[in-house]
Amino acid sequence: MANFSSFYFTGAEILLSLAGLVLLMLAAWSGDRSARLVTALACAALIGGAIFSYDLLTNPSYELGGDAFGGLYRMDAFGSFAKILVFLASAACLVIAPRYFEERGGYRGEYPVLILFNAVGMSMMVSAVDFITLYIGLEMSSLSSYVLAAFLRSDQKSAEAGLKYFVLGALASGILLYGISLLYGFTGSTTFIGVGAAMAGDLSTGQLFGIVFVLAGLAFKISAAPFHMWTPDVYEGAPTPVTAFFATAPKVAAVALTARVAMEVFGSQSDAWRQIVMTAALLSIVIGALGAIGQENLKRLLAYSSINNVGFILLGLVVANEAGAAAMLVYLFIYVAMSLGSFVGLLMLRDTEGNLYETFADISGLSTTRPLMAWCLLLLMFSLAGIPPLLGFWAKFVVFQATVEAGLVAFGAIAIAASVIGAFYYIKFVKVMFFDEPAGVVTGKGGRGHWAVLAICTLIVSPLGYLLTPALDVLAGKAAAALLIAS
Amino acid sequence: MTSFSGIGIEHYIVVGAALFVLGVLGIFLNRKNVIVILMAIELILLAVNINLVAFSAFLGDLTGQVFAMLVLTVAAAEAAIGLAILVIYFRNRGTIAVDDVNRMKG
Repeated sequence: MANFSSFYFTGAEILLSLAGLVLLMLAAWSGDRSARLVTALACAALIGGAIFSYDLLTNPSYELGGDAFGGLYRMDAFGSFAKILVFLASAACLVIAPRYFEERGGYRGEYPVLILFNAVGMSMMVSAVDFITLYIGLEMSSLSSYVLAAFLRSDQKSAEAGLKYFVLGALASGILLYGISLLYGFTGSTTFIGVGAAMAGDLSTGQLFGIVFVLAGLAFKISAAPFHMWTPDVYEGAPTPVTAFFATAPKVAAVALTARVAMEVFGSQSDAWRQIVMTAALLSIVIGALGAIGQENLKRLLAYSSINNVGFILLGLVVANEAGAAAMLVYLFIYVAMSLGSFVGLLMLRDTEGNLYETFADISGLSTTRPLMAWCLLLLMFSLAGIPPLLGFWAKFVVFQATVEAGLVAFGAIAIAASVIGAFYYIKFVKVMFFDEPAGVVTGKGGRGHWAVLAICTLIVSPLGYLLTPALDVLAGKAAAALLIAS
Repeated sequence: MTSFSGIGIEHYIVVGAALFVLGVLGIFLNRKNVIVILMAIELILLAVNINLVAFSAFLGDLTGQVFAMLVLTVAAAEAAIGLAILVIYFRNRGTIAVDDVNRMKG
């Protein structure tokens, strides 16, 4: 019976692993002809995984969650919530990819397979309750991400992005792993519960070093300042569908992982980890807001925007109570919609040969040449800036509310000031689209898949998105409660 | 741990820490060749393995050695992917000097 429940709890991972292996064979034997079929099947598998996770999340008989495989893995509401987001974001990044790659020398079946294996790694990350599971999941996700960044083999920028991402990602894994080895040595265990219990009371120097190294490694993975320097380069160089993927799914998984490690492992030493995460959160908010100001390249600009958003997400984590964790999850959901929408928007701005427009000069006067597109981007940019009545405002509002209620008023004030600075470049985006002279270039048309993803994301961030908030609140509250019970 | 001629756990930790620092410095101070960076990454992972195995023997707990095996496996996969990306990079640019990795800046 214990075995059965282990397999049942990991159902989504098993489904995706099997789908990945079968589709890998299919892609290998039938070549590039079946690339679109492989993509459709991979998409179906990801949506199946999301439905399965939703079922586990809402099924009353699994209210308390449960351990699998002897305490290496835990199924709970927190993990299921993060998994649904990860799977849906990955599926969206599959929908937008084929057309982009076909315009650049051919779409290949490896792309959906890599995304599938990446998704397996990410769902292992969010459910890990042992440092060994954590490391394997993280590497499974990172290794396929390195390949995805270098996916356009004949493009110099893509190869350089892959190389940079690989070197800095491997360094981050090494730092994280060194921290884990110290924690193992100074607590005698690799399980989250074991390490957490051994750290209660006085913190030894070795344990403190372990905490610092683990958090530094995780900060690299979520691209929080001061470990953010790879983000703009990798986001600019990687193929745009891959950038959309990096900005959403792996970020959700890494943030969820960081939250679980902070609350469950370091829970008894909250002074130690909260100082570190607080510094990272404020630095990310400020650097994300200031760094974007001089940027001409839109992908770099959105990279800084994602650093800025990670700061707000971490601010929810720093509060370290149920309201904070719930605010963090709500912010994550809205962030995924905003960021996916804006990258899909960029992806659809092309000339007739399919070359992407990536700078401010290219999008000037977009409102006269492509009005519908410009209005969608306007909503997304205003939402990212946090202007009411768009949903991005609500995301920032719940985080600030949790911060202020926990008595961290000064930090909330700094964050609000930085978000006002950040509003500058989002509004510049809108100004260039609506008030500058049209650049006089004909833009290519987006595919139906692109429009569908863009429309869904725009609807979510539009005021209509508030209809989702009651359901979102319930699910996020449930997930946050599960995270707090365990710690 | 049985200590032969006075070698204890702290000596292993010092060796591990020294290797780790060498690896990190190798990534940041090296201005010549990307292959050296790959070697520095291996050095970091080996430092971790020394730590894990030494702690495992010291604590009398096998988990650390199992973990070291997994780290070795992942390190092999990581090296394979790193070299593959490096090959793609070299085909495009014809150089693997660290100073030339500068197409994107700002």
